[in-house]
Amino acid sequence: MSPTIDSEITGTRITSGEATAAVLKLDAPVSFWGGIGPEGTIIDVHHPQHGATVSGRVLVMRTGRGSSSGTYVLAELIRLGLAPAGIILTEPDGIIATGALVAAELYGTQVPIAVVSASDYDRIEDGESITITMDGDTAFIASS
Amino acid sequence: MTLTLTPEEQAMLAGEHGPAVALSMRIVTEIGRIRGAQELVDIDSVHIDGCIFYGQAGLDYAQKMVELGGRVAVPTTVNVGSVDLIHPTLVLQNTDREKWVAQGGRDLMQAYVDLGCRQTWTCAPYQMDSRPEVGRHIAWAESNAIVFANSVLGARTDRYGDFVDLAAAITGKAPAGGLHLDAHRYGDVVLDCTSLSAETLALDVTYPVLGYLAGAIAGVSNPVFVGLPADVSEDDLKAIGAAAASSGGVALFHVVGRTPEAPTLEAALGPNTDAPVHHITAQRLNAARQELSTARVEQLDAVSLGTPHASVDEIVQAYDAIVGSAPLADGVAFYISTGRSVFAECERRGLIAPLEEWGVTFVLDTCTYVTSILRPGTRAVMTNSGKWAHYAPGNLGIDVVLATLDECVTSATTGCITWNRELFT
Repeated sequence: MSPTIDSEITGTRITSGEATAAVLKLDAPVSFWGGIGPEGTIIDVHHPQHGATVSGRVLVMRTGRGSSSGTYVLAELIRLGLAPAGIILTEPDGIIATGALVAAELYGTQVPIAVVSASDYDRIEDGESITITMDGDTAFIASS
Repeated sequence: MTLTLTPEEQAMLAGEHGPAVALSMRIVTEIGRIRGAQELVDIDSVHIDGCIFYGQAGLDYAQKMVELGGRVAVPTTVNVGSVDLIHPTLVLQNTDREKWVAQGGRDLMQAYVDLGCRQTWTCAPYQMDSRPEVGRHIAWAESNAIVFANSVLGARTDRYGDFVDLAAAITGKAPAGGLHLDAHRYGDVVLDCTSLSAETLALDVTYPVLGYLAGAIAGVSNPVFVGLPADVSEDDLKAIGAAAASSGGVALFHVVGRTPEAPTLEAALGPNTDAPVHHITAQRLNAARQELSTARVEQLDAVSLGTPHASVDEIVQAYDAIVGSAPLADGVAFYISTGRSVFAECERRGLIAPLEEWGVTFVLDTCTYVTSILRPGTRAVMTNSGKWAHYAPGNLGIDVVLATLDECVTSATTGCITWNRELFT
């Protein structure tokens, strides 16, 4: 796929790390607790992308959603190597951030999480390969 | 806007109080940074929700804190776990998954004991001897405990969850954000209940249904109830909060004339004088209860009371309804979940043995909807809990009827689900 992000997007760092992977852009937010199964697929039968795999993708969704036990689900996916490579949101989410923070402490695996503006969010397309990098509290997102 | 730490907090972060404090401080400060907090606050107590076993990562975290020499720095209670440590055979261990959860659940509960937590194993820590005081900062997890502490006790906790709860306990600190701050504690939406009849306001099941509606209407904002009795009981307020935190994300509500931050509607709303008003009618209550009650069969398999964990008063009410009534029907199981301290008090009062003789199974340390307790083949369950009615169908694959205590007991004696669909007037 040809690059669609014509100029680099800057956002806010939620958690540290770097990632290069294909985007999985969701039409609706998914709850990690009850929404993503132990194999890294979307198991919420009401979700429009039910059955899609989040593992190894840059998961792009507007907001987090659902029970605080979602922290456990994300940390467990990171432990098993089945987590998203990175996550991009339009609002900070404490549940997702905590799961990534704790897994980085426990397993040394960093899943970068960035928050971008709503207009920049619209510039990221499903399926394209992107790179997330961080410098201080700033996140950079570009086509790769 | 950046997070500023005191010299003591910087020393904790730098490892001068040991590696467990440093790790916990990294988590607390990072969450503070993400939430936009400018400082940390000292907290009086923590309630931990991380003790239900959902997988290896939760166990790895607690055990890592133990290995690093972690100890809680403030009085810390623990939520229900995945096993009843007093009645270990109550939790089924037939399948590989059930065995894994039982073993992992036991190991996880032990890790929290090793970290210095009180062995409370209850989702209702506010029913214990020491309770947080009005205006004091605490860091509580478990949605029903959070909403009760904020609303009924007037203590101040944001929505804490798994992992951050333990980090707050080990540091004694929490980010000064969200519901710790005055600005976020005012009411956002008014629920006018003045049209409800005195009979309806005297029914137990009115309150979980009100809470269910409040959560659906308010989402994550703060609802204000107008028109409830000034003497509405703590158990009724508990039922409102638990249901509102299940159908929505409510962490604070006000009842004008009853809860500490709502002496008047004006005080409850503060600057939000143009808050929208919703009229809660008997019709809406009946419709909401019918929506929650998914069972379409007549045969009753079980009754589950005590979500959140039953109080002494609620067990007294169950005693009054049950002891002297007809016998429990064959094939019906009758559960009451509660905490150890309430159970001990009820035992002292002589309430437990007659209830057990009739057929009540008491569940301690855990709850009937978070772990495998119901017998395989259970299809329809009656409960007086809005929270149980909300979560059990998804968690357990069963159907429910949300009912009054009296409807639950009567149906349990006949084995046939009986409830008044137009109860509210």
